[in-house]
Amino acid sequence: MASLWEYANPRKFIATSDRVLPWVGALALACLVLGLVWGFFFTPEDYRQGASVKIIYLHVPAALMAINAWLMMLVASLIWIVRRHHVSALAARAAAPVGAVMTIIALATGAFWGQPIWGTWWVWDPRLTSFLILLLFYLGYIALWSAIENDDAAADLTSVLCLVGSVFALLSRYAVLFWNQGLHQGASLSLDKKENVADVFYLPLLVCIAGFVLLFVALVLLRTQTEIRARRMRALLARERMG
Amino acid sequence: MRAILIRDLRLAIRAGGGFGLGLAFFLIVVVLVPFAVGPRGDLHSVIAPGILWLGALLACLLSLDRIFALDYEDGSLDLLATAPLPLEALVTLKALAHWLTTGLPLVLVAPFLAVLLNMPAAGYAPLLQALALGTPALSVIGTFGAALTVGVKRGGLLLSLLVLPLYVPTLIFGAEAARRGAEGLDHGMPLAMLAGITCGTIALLPFASAAVVRVSLR
Repeated sequence: MASLWEYANPRKFIATSDRVLPWVGALALACLVLGLVWGFFFTPEDYRQGASVKIIYLHVPAALMAINAWLMMLVASLIWIVRRHHVSALAARAAAPVGAVMTIIALATGAFWGQPIWGTWWVWDPRLTSFLILLLFYLGYIALWSAIENDDAAADLTSVLCLVGSVFALLSRYAVLFWNQGLHQGASLSLDKKENVADVFYLPLLVCIAGFVLLFVALVLLRTQTEIRARRMRALLARERMG
Repeated sequence: MRAILIRDLRLAIRAGGGFGLGLAFFLIVVVLVPFAVGPRGDLHSVIAPGILWLGALLACLLSLDRIFALDYEDGSLDLLATAPLPLEALVTLKALAHWLTTGLPLVLVAPFLAVLLNMPAAGYAPLLQALALGTPALSVIGTFGAALTVGVKRGGLLLSLLVLPLYVPTLIFGAEAARRGAEGLDHGMPLAMLAGITCGTIALLPFASAAVVRVSLR
């Protein structure tokens, strides 16, 4: 039985991800095209929101991935701190910009939807505010990575920041909940059938979510590969200069 | 331990230590706000707790990069790290020194500046309590941010970006306690949450800061 830790070997990681990447990428594209076309053109308009309800197919998956990307970075940072696998640190680094963009997509689509429906681009609602704070965490994390020259030191510092940041992000989540009552509706997705969004919207939404997850996986694999190769190239150049 | 604390306090108070900088900044913020929002006393008394908290927070932020930068540049941080004193204790002392030279003076002048902003009389005690309970958390969190950026040249902007989201919960509960106090509402709950944040950060964050300083000195 192959162990998961085998992929801590950069060569093995690149070999496997090379094999997987085309499939994941193609599947992501297929899901996104299917989900978005289905959602945008073949679902009815909401009786109160009209066509603007369709932004849900971008907004919800992006928001979901914005949080899950941070969770993935948290796990990767923990693996780096405990087992010191370089691939893990690089995967966390690779995921950060993707997560930041997902956060921006969620905030932007939310603003576009909020303008006609709530009559405002922005309110200091708990959910919106937590996402803004999450974006700040992403930006700080990315900035710290690029500010420190030594790769190992940067990996250490950013993982500690990720751990501490996660605690503070959770704290902020509940602090803003206490600070302001929300305008944002409750969760659209729920295991409770009554709470859940209606089936006509739900099925294409699920396809879109699958598409975003696959897209995230593909992007992170690709970016991690790039990071590994860039680091290898730097090592080769350094060796050449020495010799 | 005491020697390090006294050394840090002396360095901060003497010329060029930036002791007055935070206070001056706080004063400037509070004095300029009425010019910016217009001479409406009723408006001032509504926003007074928030402005005072914001001023105190920004004044704290201003002096954060001094916590480790000078010691790192002249090499005394290496000496302190190899001293028998655990690094966790050193980091805590640094945070304490920062609070004594920045946070405490801010707390003490806040009531006088509150007069300028026409704050209701009921608000003074809650404001003082909230600031006294909240500013230690600002110093401890700031020390963590300063430790993260100690090896970065001109890391001031990066430091602010890193610390900004970490300050949010403290600011929310602190300003909320002060606001509720000023409006004559019960402010016990946010005050308790604020105290919880302060105790939690003092208890846990020095370990993270020390780990980070160790990485930077490697």
